[in-house]
Amino acid sequence: MSASSNSGEFRIKGAGRHTPARTARFTFDGKSYTALEGDTVASALLAHGVHLLGRSFKYHRPRGILSAGPEEPNALLDVSRDASRRQPNVRATVQEVFDGAKIASQNRWPSLKHDIGAFNDLLSPFFAAGFYYKTFMWPKEAWHKLYEPIIRRAAGLGEAPNEADTDHYASRYEHCDVLIAGAGVAGLTAALSAASTGAKVILVDEQPEVGGALHFDSSTEIDGKNGYDWAQAVAAKLKAMPNVTVLNRTTVFGYYNHGFLGLVERVTDHLPLPGKDLPRERLWQVRAKKVILATGSIERHMVFANNDRPGIMLASAARTFLNHHGVAVGRAVAVYTAHDSAYEAAFDLKRAGIDVVAIVDNRKLPGEAVLAEARSLGIDVLLGHSVLDTAGRHRVSSISVARNGEKTGRKLKVDALLVSAGWTPSVHLFSQSRGKLRFDAENDRFLPDIYAQDCISIGACNGTDGLSALIGEALAAGAEMAGHKGASSIDAIAFAGSNLYEWTGGLIGAAEGAGRDTTVKAFVDFQHDVTAKDIRLAVREGMHSIEHIKRFTTNGMASDQGKLSNMHGLAIASEMLGRPIPQVGLTTFRAPYTPVTYGTLVAHSRGALFDPARKTPMHALEAAEGAEFEDVGNWKRAWYFPKRGEDMAAAVNRECRTVREVGGVFDASTLGKIEVVGPDAAQFLNLLYTNAWDTLKPGKSRYGIMTREDGFIYDDGVVGRLAEDRFHVTTTTGGAPRVLQHMEDYLQTEFPHLKVWLTSTTEQWAVIAVQGPQAREIIAPFVEGLDISNEAFSHMSVAECTVMGVPARLFRVSFTGEIGFEVNVPADFGPAVWKAIWERAQNLGACLYGTETMHVLRAEKGYLIVGQDTDGTVTPDDAGYGWAVSKKKTDFVGIRGLKRPDLVREGRKQLVGLLTRDPNEVLEEGGQIVADPNQPKPMTMLGHVTSSYWSENLGRSIAMALVAGGRAKMGETLYVPMKDKLIAVEVTDVVFVDKEGGRING
Amino acid sequence: MLLIHCPYCEEDRSELEFRWAGEAHIARPENISAISDEEFAEYFFLRNNEKGLTYERWRHIHGCGRFFNAARDTVSDKFLMTYKAGLPKQPIPSEVKAEAIAEEKTVETWEATEGDAR
Repeated sequence: MSASSNSGEFRIKGAGRHTPARTARFTFDGKSYTALEGDTVASALLAHGVHLLGRSFKYHRPRGILSAGPEEPNALLDVSRDASRRQPNVRATVQEVFDGAKIASQNRWPSLKHDIGAFNDLLSPFFAAGFYYKTFMWPKEAWHKLYEPIIRRAAGLGEAPNEADTDHYASRYEHCDVLIAGAGVAGLTAALSAASTGAKVILVDEQPEVGGALHFDSSTEIDGKNGYDWAQAVAAKLKAMPNVTVLNRTTVFGYYNHGFLGLVERVTDHLPLPGKDLPRERLWQVRAKKVILATGSIERHMVFANNDRPGIMLASAARTFLNHHGVAVGRAVAVYTAHDSAYEAAFDLKRAGIDVVAIVDNRKLPGEAVLAEARSLGIDVLLGHSVLDTAGRHRVSSISVARNGEKTGRKLKVDALLVSAGWTPSVHLFSQSRGKLRFDAENDRFLPDIYAQDCISIGACNGTDGLSALIGEALAAGAEMAGHKGASSIDAIAFAGSNLYEWTGGLIGAAEGAGRDTTVKAFVDFQHDVTAKDIRLAVREGMHSIEHIKRFTTNGMASDQGKLSNMHGLAIASEMLGRPIPQVGLTTFRAPYTPVTYGTLVAHSRGALFDPARKTPMHALEAAEGAEFEDVGNWKRAWYFPKRGEDMAAAVNRECRTVREVGGVFDASTLGKIEVVGPDAAQFLNLLYTNAWDTLKPGKSRYGIMTREDGFIYDDGVVGRLAEDRFHVTTTTGGAPRVLQHMEDYLQTEFPHLKVWLTSTTEQWAVIAVQGPQAREIIAPFVEGLDISNEAFSHMSVAECTVMGVPARLFRVSFTGEIGFEVNVPADFGPAVWKAIWERAQNLGACLYGTETMHVLRAEKGYLIVGQDTDGTVTPDDAGYGWAVSKKKTDFVGIRGLKRPDLVREGRKQLVGLLTRDPNEVLEEGGQIVADPNQPKPMTMLGHVTSSYWSENLGRSIAMALVAGGRAKMGETLYVPMKDKLIAVEVTDVVFVDKEGGRING
Repeated sequence: MLLIHCPYCEEDRSELEFRWAGEAHIARPENISAISDEEFAEYFFLRNNEKGLTYERWRHIHGCGRFFNAARDTVSDKFLMTYKAGLPKQPIPSEVKAEAIAEEKTVETWEATEGDAR
């Protein structure tokens, strides 16, 4: 066999634009086929006479290929390279064949030809529109057990991939003067015109090659060339211009506010062996100053009985398969049309040697030119006739044709039927831009009317018929959108084009064969199996808004979004309602224009890059010491440092003991840090914190509490005063960004008279906390230029000094109740200083400790953690920090809120300690607290456990809790009822270790 | 994605760079510690939440960091104008207002679609 016959017995020698020697092998449902490079899956299968490609969604009817483009509702296939690179619901008319492609049909079992689900077709009287709503109402319990599982198994399009996608996806931003969507005659012409002014132009087209309708329209001549050849020459010229980007295989899927457009570029889906460096798809987010919409139009099918059999397709699709791919869609073909354009399909096929059985024209008066040509080619034209019905199990085998008004027709044997009800302008992007449409009643179509954005529609999507008018419109639009009004720039590049025929005609709604009786299936929406009778039924059952009709019937709600069906559905509804189409309205066009993969939208934001982790400068050193990490916001914090054989509890117990007995080293770098500088810094902090700061001397620090205006605790932290005009503010780890925002808000808008500057320094400083009786001994050799004896550098002191020669800020501060220091060094020096301190600490018998030990040690001292022991409804007094609220200040954020009646009433929840009666019992955090465990439910809940740990140092459990009137309940027994037991607890003070606080000052 | 004009940078920048910061022109009372509970509730808790023209605060958080005021139409999501913090509430120029009202009509609202069918 020769290569050309290998690539299919329906290839027409001399037709099409592919090279016969360049072949690609692929499989369909396990069977191997040869295609030509440039074929779509649809054209490759049609070349082998394969028309049956899938089963329909609801009735499981055999379905084939309806179109040759992105509007395809039927031919959805599963395309894969391997198990991890598999995609369902790929349109056979868009996917290019590549060598090695594995393609499978969907929605059938056990096989495409013998599908059990087809039983649904016989049950179709029960599956009319709205059947879900009606059928499965009763009994209620049956929904979860019976109906839903069955529906779920039977429904759905395709099968989602079950392996992680091994492809990668890219994303980029771009700006341009003019973006042109669509590279047919209009788009190419506008691009030439705009680009010639020097404007930055992006021309986008979804097909592999430019040309749009020129792919099939063989009778067009432009600038003295065949239309398709002209298009390729223009594209080459545009690509050579430095100010032009031409994107093929790229779809403008969304048109958002202010000239912002979403594009998806399919980079490798057509390649047999894509390079690993190439992304599969690329998301373009383009901000365009102006947009030209040249999106063309989409041919509609005819609505008549059994119009969905494989072998029935759009006339323009058959022309694409013949003129572009060199494939005949049948050997005995009929045409059923209400528009002149379909005649040309018959002419092309006839000239290629295919038997054209008849042109059945719904109209009495077609265009004179096409009628004359049909007659001269000897084609039988039946005017004022309709196709009443079709037959054929897996492919159309005959049609029944009758004069309009007659009930019975005569049978014509065919193996393909080409249909056309005319052309629907593609106004999707215009509508997405929030432009308003008007109805052109003469031609039964919606056209752009009121523009909401800086864009212009040209060509077929603007209802411009006729090539000369279209070229003139496109030339003017290109120049105008590029900012050059007037004819001068256009004249230099103007050219002429001609069609053999001017097209007329068109029909929306049901044709003769759609019938009135309820047994006829005349499909309006192929993908969701919506028929003309479904829409009529919806209206009869009271749906009068097109939005309700859409939802009741699901017309236009499939993944093709009704590109073929919306106008037909609307016309049928309009006829039933007795209201003209503009009054019935049109449903909204929404992005995306065609389906976009999640991979493209997600791009690189997956895995480790989904939500980037923040790591401290010492992270790697801690990992090397065996640290387990926990997530705190985006931070990875060392949680505990298990030694060989230790579990978490053993490690934490050892760390807790060692810190109190010897000392410990802790990474506190994640603490939020804000530098507050300026002559009014103290005054500013006075306003933002409840405490008084003007009394704080330079060289000292203080624990501060921040409230919101409502009086509730917002954040806390130690603030050191380095100089009269300079404060080093620390915040909670998670609170740093919102605290800075809160401070900036007040500084910029309420207290702009204050001379203060705020700078986030969280990442600037590595913070090494050294705590425990030996803390001073550990750091002493490294600190230079500062006396750190207890007398010279007492608790809550702060100073600038050098540590190992590195400029440092040293805090005498403790979150453990032991002697404590926090060594702040510039982040880059953190690891070196950490290493030296840790080496010495280790030799002295100290340990590394993590956040878990930090939590236990602070709880032993009753120190608060904002967000754990407080929840946004806790005042400083509730938390036992009433002393931190200045009584002398006349203003601070929260001063009024704290006086609200509910905040000063008796019986508020207060933070107290809890000791379980059984010392080995560790309470669950969040456990509810009651006074009377025998009270019938619902019980009166007094509060809840906020912190609870095993304290190795005390040899028993400890807990903190918010309890209503808690401080007046000291010594009382309360209860924490759990699912399987009741835990008795005693209310205590929150300080469990070193109540006198002597250790901290050692 | 909207473009928002930052009155400090004097540039149209992408919506991604900005953060909404609540209703504008609610000044913190000078004598806040002396106001009544009702006055405090009015100041701190109650917001107009108007449909249509609203005055809001926005922050160019991933840009210059400044808070500023904006007049926005919540029906069309159109920014009518922006101006610096501290300036009094700015009147909307009549031509901008007319354009905004026209734009409201291009918006698909519940009243225009579902509401119509009731």
